[in-house]
Amino acid sequence: MNQDTRPSAIKKIRATGAMREAMAEYFGELDQASRTGSEKIAWCTSVGPAELLRSFGFLVYFPENHGALLGSSRMAADLIPAATAAGYSPEICSYLTSDVGSYLSKTTPLTKAFGMESVPKPDVLVYNTNQCRDVQDWFAFYQREWEVPMLGIQTPRSVDELDAAIVEGLVQQHKDLIPHLEEISGRTFDIDRLREVVASSYRCTLLWRKVLRLAEHQPSPITFFDGTIQMGPAVVLRGDERAERYYEALVAELEERVADGVGAVDDETFRFYWEGMPVWGKLRNHAEQFAGHGACVVASTYCNSWIFEDLAAEDPFEGMARAYTELFIVRSEDFKQRYMEGMVRDYAIDGIIFHDAKTCPNNSNNRYGLPQRLRKKIGTPFVVIDGDLNDLRLYSEEQARTQFEALVEQLQEQPA
Amino acid sequence: MTEKAPDRSAEPLYCGVDVGASSTKLVLLGEDRELRGRSIRKSGVDYAATARACLEDAFDEAGVKQDRLRRTVSTGYGRRNVDFADDSRTELSCHGVGCYHHYPRNITIVDIGCQDNKIIRLDEGGRRVDFKMNRKCAAGTGAFLEEIALRLDIALDELEELASSTDEAVRLNSFCTVFASTEILSHLRRGEPLAGLVRGAFASVVSRVAEMDQLHGEVVLTGGVVAHNPTTAELLAAKLGGEVSVPPHPQFTGALGAALTALAQEEKDA
Repeated sequence: MNQDTRPSAIKKIRATGAMREAMAEYFGELDQASRTGSEKIAWCTSVGPAELLRSFGFLVYFPENHGALLGSSRMAADLIPAATAAGYSPEICSYLTSDVGSYLSKTTPLTKAFGMESVPKPDVLVYNTNQCRDVQDWFAFYQREWEVPMLGIQTPRSVDELDAAIVEGLVQQHKDLIPHLEEISGRTFDIDRLREVVASSYRCTLLWRKVLRLAEHQPSPITFFDGTIQMGPAVVLRGDERAERYYEALVAELEERVADGVGAVDDETFRFYWEGMPVWGKLRNHAEQFAGHGACVVASTYCNSWIFEDLAAEDPFEGMARAYTELFIVRSEDFKQRYMEGMVRDYAIDGIIFHDAKTCPNNSNNRYGLPQRLRKKIGTPFVVIDGDLNDLRLYSEEQARTQFEALVEQLQEQPA
Repeated sequence: MTEKAPDRSAEPLYCGVDVGASSTKLVLLGEDRELRGRSIRKSGVDYAATARACLEDAFDEAGVKQDRLRRTVSTGYGRRNVDFADDSRTELSCHGVGCYHHYPRNITIVDIGCQDNKIIRLDEGGRRVDFKMNRKCAAGTGAFLEEIALRLDIALDELEELASSTDEAVRLNSFCTVFASTEILSHLRRGEPLAGLVRGAFASVVSRVAEMDQLHGEVVLTGGVVAHNPTTAELLAAKLGGEVSVPPHPQFTGALGAALTALAQEEKDA
C-alpha cells in the first residue's frame, strides 16, 4: 500500500494520484488529532469493526497498513531485531515485530510518506481475531505501553458453513463493545449513523469487487501487484465516502482499458493466481519478473479479502458479524478449496503461486495439502515460494525467481 | 570418438553450461546429440570467467577450435552471468531434458545439488508435469554433507569410502544442519564409529529428500551428491523400496539438458 513502490513494469494507473491525495488527507487528519487531541482515535485491525468505530466519530487507524508500509519501504528487516531483542520471536507475525520494532526504534515510514513524526496515539485499541491471534498480542503491547483500553472480538476459525450460532455470538460481541465505546468516545450510540457508515462501506465493497472482477477480462486491465496498492482506500477508508469516490474513478479508468483492449501486462500470455500475502519489499521486483514473461497475476486471495458482501445497512450488526467471518482466512480447508476452484475457473488461471510466508501461517495456505488437492481436482500447476510478508531475511530472491521462471517454462515448453 | 568416426572437422557444436552454486558444469554436443567434450570447475566468485574457462577446457577435450560453437544455453543459479550464452533456461527445465535423453519415458527426477534439491516429474513425452524445490534450508543438500565432513574433520572425497564400508548407519534425528552437527558431536563422544556416522549423514540427506514429495514410479537420481557418493542412490532405493536409476555423469544432466535445448532451438529455427 506504499505508493512509492508502485511496480515500474506495470502500466501507470492515472487514478493513483487521487489515491495518494486521499491517503495523505486521511493520515493528515490522524496526525492532527493525535497531536492536538481534537478527535478520538481508535486503532483497529484491518478486518475489525471499523464501521462501528466510525459511527462513534473515531478516526480509525490500521496498524496492519503501517505493517505493509514497513514492508514495502524495506525498513522491516532493520526494525524487527529491536522487537526480537525485546522478547518477540522472529517467527511470529512480522507485521507485529516490524511495527513494535518501529515503535521501539522511534522511526516510521509515515515520516517520509506523510510528514508524521510518529504513528497516531490511540484512545482505544479494537481487534478482531478473525485473521489470527497475533493481532491481539500486537495490540496488547500498546495497551501495556500506553495504558489505553483494549477491546476485542473473538472469532471462531476454520469455519465451513457460517451458521446462526456463530453469527449470533458475534453479533452479541459487537453489541457488547457499545457501552465501552460510548464511554471512551463520549458519544451515545446512534444506529442510524452506523447504518450510514455500513451503507458507505458496502458501496465501497461493491466498487472494489468491481475493480477486481475486471481482471476476468483478457487481457486483464490490472495486476495483483497493482491491486495491493490500489486496495489502500478499501482498507483504511471503508465507511468513508472518499473511498467510494476513488473507486468510481478507478473503475472508469479500468473499464476504459478493457474497452480499448489494453492489458496491464503487454502481450498477456499466462494468467496466474497469487495465494497468500504479498512480499511487500519485492512488489516491484515480482511485477517486473512476471511482466517480463508475459505473465499477469490477475487474481489473489489477498486483495479479495477486503470484499465484504454481507454488510447490510438494514441489520448492521448481523451484516458486520457475517462480513468479517465469511472471509477466506476464517474458513475451513474445504471452503478454501471450493473458493479457489471457482477463482481458477472465473479468472481463467493457468497456474498458482502459493506464498508460504514464514511468519504468517494463517495466510499460508500451502501447509495442509491444498495445492496438491487442487491440482488433483482441477489440474492447475503450482509453485510454492518460501518467503515472508515483511522479513526479507526469510526470502531467497534466486529460489523464487527460478520457481517463477520454471513455472512459466513448464506452461510454454515442449520437450527438446 | 573412435578412429573410424566420420569427418567432423566442420561440425557445429552445441553447448550447455550449468552454473551451480558450487560447481560449473559444461557439455558440448554434436548434431548427433553425442558428447564431444565436457568440463567442470568450482563456480568460484566470477561466474562469467568460470564459464569461459569451462568452455576452453571442454573445447580442449574435444580437440577442436571454439569457432565451431553454434549455440549455447545456460542454466543454474548463475545462468544470467554467462556472457556467451544465447539463451537461458531454469535448471528445472534442463534437468528434465537431460534426464529424458537417457530415460525417454515417464520418470521422477531427484536432483541433489550443493545448495538445493529438486524433484521433477516428466510424462511419457518428456513434458514436465510438476516440480518442487527444497525449502530454504540446507538439510538434505550437499551443503549438509560439507558441514558434516568439516565437523568430522575428513575430506569430502573420503565420505563415499567410509559410508560404503559399513551397513550400520547412525541415525541422525535433527532436521537442522546446525543441530545435526551438534548431534554428531554427542555421537562422537559416545564413541560411535566414523563410518556409521557418515552413512547416517547420507541417510539423513536421503530422508530429507524423500519427504519433499511422494516418490512413485521410476526414480532417476542426479546431481553432484550422487556423482561423488553413489551410496546415496543405494540408500534412496532402500528408502523407496524400489530401484533408483543413475544416469551417466549424473552431475552433468543439467548441462546436458541445456546443450540439448540449444540444439533443439537451432533445429527449430532451421
